[in-house]
Amino acid sequence: MSTAGIHDRHRPASATTPGAATDRPKRRGNRGPATVLLTLSGPVVILLTWELLARTGTIDDRFWPAPSSLWPAAVDLWREDDLAGDIRLTIIRILGGFLLGSIPAVVVGLAMGLSWPIRTVLMPIATVVYALPKIALLPLMLIAFGTGEASKLAIVALSIFFLVALNTMSGVLAIDPGFRDVARNFGASPLATFRTVALPGALPSIFTGLRLAMGFALVVIVGTEFLSARQGGLGDLIWQSWQILAIRDMYVGLLITGVLGWMLTVGLDVIERVVIPWQRERR
Amino acid sequence: MRELSRIFEGETGPVEALRDIDLTVEPGEFCVLVGPSGCGKTTLLRMIAGLDQPSSGSVETRLPAGGGRPTNAVVFQGRSVFPWLSVRDNVAYGLRLRGVGRREQEATAGRLIDLVGLTGSEQAYPHQLSEGMRQRVAIGRALAVDPDILLMDEPFGALDEQLRFTLQEELLGIWAATGKTIVLVTHSIDEAMVLADQIVLLGARPGRVLRRMAVPFSRPRTLESVREHPAYASLFRGIRDGLRDGTGPGALEVTR
Repeated sequence: MSTAGIHDRHRPASATTPGAATDRPKRRGNRGPATVLLTLSGPVVILLTWELLARTGTIDDRFWPAPSSLWPAAVDLWREDDLAGDIRLTIIRILGGFLLGSIPAVVVGLAMGLSWPIRTVLMPIATVVYALPKIALLPLMLIAFGTGEASKLAIVALSIFFLVALNTMSGVLAIDPGFRDVARNFGASPLATFRTVALPGALPSIFTGLRLAMGFALVVIVGTEFLSARQGGLGDLIWQSWQILAIRDMYVGLLITGVLGWMLTVGLDVIERVVIPWQRERR
Repeated sequence: MRELSRIFEGETGPVEALRDIDLTVEPGEFCVLVGPSGCGKTTLLRMIAGLDQPSSGSVETRLPAGGGRPTNAVVFQGRSVFPWLSVRDNVAYGLRLRGVGRREQEATAGRLIDLVGLTGSEQAYPHQLSEGMRQRVAIGRALAVDPDILLMDEPFGALDEQLRFTLQEELLGIWAATGKTIVLVTHSIDEAMVLADQIVLLGARPGRVLRRMAVPFSRPRTLESVREHPAYASLFRGIRDGLRDGTGPGALEVTR
């Protein structure tokens, strides 16, 4: 019997196939530093141009304050007002609502993917709620859960629920039926099939749903905070600053919200890489 | 050792996929089903595996009393290796489902990984492997549960020719070493002649047995030894004509 090495020569020359079995995933040349540079170049150019235009008075710095002037504003907000508290509140609302919505959504989505009756019953509801602008549900949530934190968690959870459920479902449906035959041929019980085929097979799709959901959660929570005045959070900070024309504070709120969204997405990517080690390198 | 026979008289729905298939495979025999696409080869194999039910007739497997081993294991067509499991976990999959202890799983998986020539790739995920290596994983996974019958559905169909030759020879080696009964489906006449003790020709619409032929070449075989054999040309022609005409003249029967 020959060794595996022989077959390397016979492998079709596919560009996407990484090296031999023992190879690490292939690095694409030496693009690391160039990627970092190009990634940073966009924001840097915009901020520099903005700074320049503001300082030379080309744009009205009451509405378009120079980026460098935002730092003192942020420090003031941190010291005088409760900027840390606003950030904390928004993070708690996002993560809380995210977990409350996505965990049951994955379970329901798996059930929808595996069972035709469940899928048929839930599809119309899922499709309608999915298409609805989620912020429009806020009054309903206020009626159901009051004006406190519960309604904020609820609207985040509800707005991502069907998004995650539908992605999970399509992930299950996209699993090659051949994999289920393998499980059946080895005598797998329905539960074992669920655990060893449906769940791992749907994971990439589940994470696609979660990543979209994270974006949704941010949109919905900021909107909700706009509308529930004086209950804290970054949305509240942005809206109140606008109301009293504290434009610099408004920008600070915007920037922090943006960075927060970015960090949450990166966090999700890290989790995904740990949970799905078999996934091909993306990009 | 054991005696084994299977009888089908299948008829599926309004489309007759298979009609009155009668087929017996002896224990330890290497039986190859050859036929054009759409002749129901895969359906037949799935019925032997118990994944599809015949609409009439039955599959009988006569084997010695169980012993906790499965009757059959299938090497499926195309991509059947789980992308989310490493090579070792793929090979050990059937054992895990059967509740075999972790240590025994690893020992058995290790032995089979050696047997199919994947030593050193235990931790790799399927996407890191070539097509041929993935197919070895599928073969190892099927053999790991120590089935009496190995069912293979065009296991080498997606591979390039060189690799196909290599894996065919390796399969013969594994077959000789394990003494398994193998039923393999293919559309390649050469593949059938290199591998089989018995070749079963299937015709299409409805799928039915056209002819059963014993393959006269002595073992161990290689592609070269088979091709250089004086009976090669006539057997090849016999199979091809048989497949083309549906039912060929009796003279095509080749006996040992």
